[in-house]
Amino acid sequence: MGFEQFGIVSFTGVTKAEQFVEFLKNNELRGTVCAQCGAKFFPPRADCSSCLSDQMEWFPITGEGALISHTKATFAPAGFEKDVPYRLGVAEFADGIKVFGRIDGTLPDEAVKAGMKVKVRMLDLGEERLTYEFTAA
Amino acid sequence: MAKVGVIGVGQSAFVRQYPGSIRELAFEAYREAMKDAGVKPQQIDASVVCSAPEYDKQRTPAGLMAEYLGLNPQPTFYVESVCSSSSSGLRTAYALIASGLHDVALVLGFQKMSEISSAESQERMGRGADIQWEAPFGTMMPAYYAMYARGHFEKYGTQEEDLGLIRLKSSTYGQLNEKAVFRKALTLEKILEPKYIATPLKMMDCCANADGASCIILASEEKARDLAAKPVWIKGLGMATAPINMAGRDSFSGLRCAQAAAKRAYEMAGIKPSDVDVAEVHDCFTIAELMAYEDLGFAEPGQGRELIRNKETYKEGKIPVNIDGGLLSKGHPIGATGGSQIRTIVLQLRGEAGDIQVPGAKIGLVHNIGGVGIYGNVSIFGVE
Repeated sequence: MGFEQFGIVSFTGVTKAEQFVEFLKNNELRGTVCAQCGAKFFPPRADCSSCLSDQMEWFPITGEGALISHTKATFAPAGFEKDVPYRLGVAEFADGIKVFGRIDGTLPDEAVKAGMKVKVRMLDLGEERLTYEFTAA
Repeated sequence: MAKVGVIGVGQSAFVRQYPGSIRELAFEAYREAMKDAGVKPQQIDASVVCSAPEYDKQRTPAGLMAEYLGLNPQPTFYVESVCSSSSSGLRTAYALIASGLHDVALVLGFQKMSEISSAESQERMGRGADIQWEAPFGTMMPAYYAMYARGHFEKYGTQEEDLGLIRLKSSTYGQLNEKAVFRKALTLEKILEPKYIATPLKMMDCCANADGASCIILASEEKARDLAAKPVWIKGLGMATAPINMAGRDSFSGLRCAQAAAKRAYEMAGIKPSDVDVAEVHDCFTIAELMAYEDLGFAEPGQGRELIRNKETYKEGKIPVNIDGGLLSKGHPIGATGGSQIRTIVLQLRGEAGDIQVPGAKIGLVHNIGGVGIYGNVSIFGVE
């Protein structure tokens, strides 16, 4: 089993970055860092667009981040209807690494705003599916 | 740089469900543009066909269109940049002519969004984002633009009412546009009904899917002067791209691709934002129009709301924007949208815009965005 295990709905199951899912299983969110030039990437990538190297290593994204923007969707594309309403957002972590994902649906509306401190937590969706979301730090 | 002129424009009516096939839909815009230019198929040296292929059942539509339009054996090209496909097509056709390769080229944009079922459409909607890293969370266009709206609100204090005023302007002019899909009068109260799609965007902040086609015919300077009574010249073209991933974005209050494209277009045209007499901007959502005011330099960052509050983007204002109703009223048939915007500006610069004519308009601008700021095209037109 590989990358098709990532996300609420999977659209593509094959990527050289599939180890991402193994880290999720270990309760870790990881991006990639170029072993040659040090450029850091999230989402992870197998190839460095700065120096063209394919020598990538994994680094963990930990600690507190700050929410940059967010929305609560009340309509959804096919496959996500049961989740409505759900929140999406972008948060920034150390070294300017930005992460896109869902935001904890149990948080009250007034708590979710730009600048709020967030942390990432991994979610086991059952049936061997995994994802991550932001929750209040 | 060689001069390239627009010698003909055409557009089908934009409708919810076109009662014919894609070739017949395309022909409606083609016929109007060919009559407008007064040319015959054998005078067209090349065609550039634009659509978003996820809505097409037909594989390789350029070949089909070249045949149905009577444009065999001339070369044809297929160009796609989702919602800005036909502006990317304009850039391609401009290059074909400016290079000297062809003298007359046609840009055909079309989309029959009703070609696929609603369920199929919903499924494709989710794939408009990076399918590897973002679509698995349940992304869709309104949610992405909603994040920009929230970003703008938080940074500058813009309010939902400001976005409502943009929709109110759109409905004011949409009623006058007989090719628009949405021609009902709207009140601010109706617009602000809290029917959220993705907060803070509500139903009336979003444009509707539509079926439609557009056609623009371009010619070299010599041919344009020979064929057209009043050629409209392409003065500046800017195009830029930005990361498809939100994680790669450094701003959530403006579109970097639009800012970069505008800068290049203004430089090429040798004009300033204040020189623009009339503009068409990509208002797939109300927030997109508000950001366009700022990204194009019609207002300082954060000050876009003052333009709409003071009605400066109405026909009588400082810089009329989307006074054909924009995408919010016309509807947004992906591949045809840019060509429709270009048509409006060409008619304005020729003095043929009827009820919405801006008196003495000499310079017009088209801002056409693909995806949530993945592709930005800004095109500037002028008359002598």
